[in-house]
Amino acid sequence: MKITTAEVEHVARLARLELSAEEKDLFVGQMDAILGYVDKLRGLNTDDVQPTSHAVPVENAFRPDQAQPSIGVAKALANAPDRAESFYRVPKVIE
Amino acid sequence: MELFDFTIHELHEKLITKEVSSVEATRSILARIEAVEPRVGSFITITPEQALADAEAADRRIAAGEADCLTGIPLALKDIFLTEGIRTTCASRILHNFIPPYSATSWEKLRERGAVLLGKLNQDEFAMGSSSESSAFGITRNPWDTTRIPGGSSGGSAAAIAARQATATLGTDTGGSIRQPSSHCGCVGLKPTYGRVSRYGVIAFASSLDQVGPLTRDVTDCAVMLGAVAGYDPKDSTSINAPVPDYRAALTGDVRGLTIGLPSEYFIAGLDPDVQKVMDEAIATYRGLGAEFVEISLPHTDYAVATYYLIATAEASSNLARYDGVRFGHRSEQAEGLIDMMTKSRSEGFGMEVKRRIMLGTYALSSGYYDAYYVKAQKVRTLIMRDFIQAFEGVDAILTPVAPTPAFKIGEMVNDPLQMYLSDIFTIPVNLAGTCALSVPAGFSADGLPIGLQLIGKPFGEETILRAAHAFERATVWHTKKAPL
Repeated sequence: MKITTAEVEHVARLARLELSAEEKDLFVGQMDAILGYVDKLRGLNTDDVQPTSHAVPVENAFRPDQAQPSIGVAKALANAPDRAESFYRVPKVIE
Repeated sequence: MELFDFTIHELHEKLITKEVSSVEATRSILARIEAVEPRVGSFITITPEQALADAEAADRRIAAGEADCLTGIPLALKDIFLTEGIRTTCASRILHNFIPPYSATSWEKLRERGAVLLGKLNQDEFAMGSSSESSAFGITRNPWDTTRIPGGSSGGSAAAIAARQATATLGTDTGGSIRQPSSHCGCVGLKPTYGRVSRYGVIAFASSLDQVGPLTRDVTDCAVMLGAVAGYDPKDSTSINAPVPDYRAALTGDVRGLTIGLPSEYFIAGLDPDVQKVMDEAIATYRGLGAEFVEISLPHTDYAVATYYLIATAEASSNLARYDGVRFGHRSEQAEGLIDMMTKSRSEGFGMEVKRRIMLGTYALSSGYYDAYYVKAQKVRTLIMRDFIQAFEGVDAILTPVAPTPAFKIGEMVNDPLQMYLSDIFTIPVNLAGTCALSVPAGFSADGLPIGLQLIGKPFGEETILRAAHAFERATVWHTKKAPL
């Protein structure tokens, strides 16, 4: 097997996902098949090949450091699941 | 013919000669949506009040003699485009209540021209899929055979064209998500060169691959829509500051002397016989029009799907980290503490395909696997790009099938994600190479299912593939066929 249940649990924790027992079993099998398939890349020699992160050559896009109009607090908070004054409210971070 | 049957350029003529009003055309399409939507399911949100208000404004603009080619034309958008004040879900439960505070640049550009918004179209959740079956808001059916998928991820965008529920639509294409549903639904669909169209306000899936493009009834409409949305946008630092040509002027009907490459890796034994037959006939049509064919090789084609599913999932796992229940979207009410709130919100909000891809991407980026999977895939991407650069030294365009088969049955592949991924084999390499490609209707299977052909162009070579597609369209009747709804 390319991937174990313990590894699936570890990756789920990194991704902030909570998986049911059935989902874990399903993903172990499916990720094993997919990782087995992508292993075909190992057969290619890429020692002298540079990685590509963008297909079109783009430089860093700089602009003058000047304030631009923004959407404002009311619009920014309009979709907030919970808020207090001009802030997003979340459950307690530190006990 | 009903008003909903007209293309953009046909309807435009009728609008500026005052033969019909935009309100009349919009009412015709809204009635059509109501009549066929229960059988097709193209939309997540229909906006009739917005549409009629837009149409009234367009009619005033037309009366004032200030009409643009898109003024008063009823359009619909994949639900991945942010529309200020109109719910935008990306077909996910995690965004079921999201009302965007601003609009995508591509939609702003269409609005400035006076386009009418009919609503937001169904898709695979977060554009992850090839069948539109992963939507949290139900499936979309193929108007040509409602037991089959419309393709994906822009399935609603393509089905709405085939079902005459919109004059034109916008979609996005990360690995074939405009071209494959266009092929399956018998419409024209273009994925522009990476950087040609702004992605500002388009919900991100895989940022080095995503691109916005039109789905239309014919090639002329495709040229009109591309011209309207293309161009540099300071709000998208990956958009390219290059002049936007007059794409419609490129449609000369002349392909004499055009050299078209046929990659041997795409015309493999085992290709669906209906697809093979349509490709053979299309090649014969082009020969009759004076185009020349040469066999070429894209030697790393067989590695494209593996490369794509590492890069796309890695980028997706990063992009989708923003859905944490803090600022917008679904927040779990079952949670204790911040981390638990984030974890439960994501687990309740994302569907299985999205979770599967986040898991794969997180794995490929995780400590110990980053070089073996993610960096390796980026290196193979370089080899795939080089294949295209070398091929285009000898040809003006490349002709291939869009998909290995016509539209498959609903439910046929849902339990086998790897098999579903492999169905994108002919469209994925174009996204990895960053170049442009389109699908144009090229025939039907024995069962009456549409089959498209793919024309791949050089980077920023949209004019050439539009010209070639237009010449083909003029020589054939496929784009005039109407789904038997």
